[in-house]
Amino acid sequence: MTQTIVIAEMTTNGVHSSTAELITAAMTFGGEPTLIVPCTDASLADSAVGMGAGSIIAAKSDVFANYDASGWAAAIDSVAPVGTVITSASPQSKDLAARLAAKRNISVVQDAVKIQNNTVTSPVYSGKAMQSVSINGPTVISVRSNIFPAATGGASSASVLDTTGKIETSVQEFMARASQRLDVSEANIIISGGRGMGSPDNFSHLEAIADTIGAAVGASRAAVDTWEPIPHSMQVGQTGKTVNPNLYIAVGISGAIQHLAGMRSSKYIVAINKDADAPIFQHADYGIVATWEEALPVLHDSLKAMMG
Amino acid sequence: MTTIIVLVKQVPDTNAKIAVNNGRVDLSAVKMVMSPYDEFAVETALRHREAVGGEVTALTVGGPAAEKILKDAKAIGVDHIVRIDSAEEMDSNALQTVLTKAVQDLGATVVYCGKSAADTGAGSTGPGLAERLGWASVSNIISATFSDSISAVAPGSGGNVKLSVPLPAVLSCDKGDFKVRKPNVKGIMQAKKASVEVHSIEAPASSVTLVDQSLPPAKPAGKSYQGGAAAAEVAQLLRDEANVL
Repeated sequence: MTQTIVIAEMTTNGVHSSTAELITAAMTFGGEPTLIVPCTDASLADSAVGMGAGSIIAAKSDVFANYDASGWAAAIDSVAPVGTVITSASPQSKDLAARLAAKRNISVVQDAVKIQNNTVTSPVYSGKAMQSVSINGPTVISVRSNIFPAATGGASSASVLDTTGKIETSVQEFMARASQRLDVSEANIIISGGRGMGSPDNFSHLEAIADTIGAAVGASRAAVDTWEPIPHSMQVGQTGKTVNPNLYIAVGISGAIQHLAGMRSSKYIVAINKDADAPIFQHADYGIVATWEEALPVLHDSLKAMMG
Repeated sequence: MTTIIVLVKQVPDTNAKIAVNNGRVDLSAVKMVMSPYDEFAVETALRHREAVGGEVTALTVGGPAAEKILKDAKAIGVDHIVRIDSAEEMDSNALQTVLTKAVQDLGATVVYCGKSAADTGAGSTGPGLAERLGWASVSNIISATFSDSISAVAPGSGGNVKLSVPLPAVLSCDKGDFKVRKPNVKGIMQAKKASVEVHSIEAPASSVTLVDQSLPPAKPAGKSYQGGAAAAEVAQLLRDEANVL
């Protein structure tokens, strides 16, 4: 039986809830996974109790104050046992997964959506195909969120291990986001607008709904390329961000192949478009053929009433 | 002298439809292009050369067909083009081992690559190569300024973060807020005449092997509605049926 190690996904306040999904993914290899919590303050590891780990190690180091790929990989490598390692597939954790695998001279498989009998399946060609690979020996695997159910129970306390690594990069400046809203890569609900919104000013209607339901606001490439005020950081798609939230609401987006590539794995998709033939409708769980001017006020009122 | 290497990969045109035959993606009818993020890496490499001097080498791993993208890189201004000859599928460990040797043989102050290749979407090569070389790395950079070190902007928690990156380093490039240059006629002519340096490097055996490729499962047809008033019903279903609110 392979020893499996899970690297906790962190927020500023503690262990991210999606870590419990990583533990379920790790359990497909049998046994009770060891959870490593990279932290500067060991008490943060207490938030991992109840996520199903067989044991919890608070890997405590100043290295973890800011992300540095080299320092993090070294500090985690020195406390993680040999075995298959599971990480989140967030951009930072994919970077860490690759660096950690290289440190151990083993391979990394990114963006797993299924793990069964040492066979790991991930989307390739931006989700236009699925690829299954067979792994032989310890491997680092990053796992997409919202796929595996969350594990529960397990170890009731964490042990603390001090660790360290050499930090290579140094922070010159934190450049705060102009908006307080979540980034599309962090959000569980996303409402995106395309060129069908008519003007960048009309994105205020998306923002109002986003604020009601705690969503991030995204955009299609067409919208980003056409309108200066819509930044590339909002772009969902092949040359933007790949997202898989619980709910994706596409407004005035036709569903070009490059947009679908970035959001087709969302759990539920709502499409609002005036063109009944728009390709986005083939991927929507709920499709509304209407202009945004007609649909958004109704949607917003209903959501406001529900969120009350 | 600053020696800059930019890693480029040949991938199917991202607008191409992907077909699967006998458990393998069939690319026989698909146009192959330079992976889109690699274009930003080439642009960043050229800007680095323009800022501090030096030379840029574009490097790829693949068969002779992959030389087309090297010529494309040459046409927009890289100095040297190198192909590591390989016909086989490699896992990340094998590929990075080969690239590490190639970068050591060529010598480099900095390596640029795209944040991920459009085929695998993995994004493992940049950070993995850096670890094997014992270098610093920053992934997903959106801009950079150049001196004895590099100042790079990449996404961090709560916004972007500007990092000072000591050299040598590997930087993987996201789409930046700048345009990538296009080849001119002179560049295209020079690229035609340019010769590709071909090396061969032995790869270790892969421990991750391909089992099969398939099309994603078709999504069952969703519910469709006419007219904006239906948004009220959809909102209700999102809570009661989909359970996502």
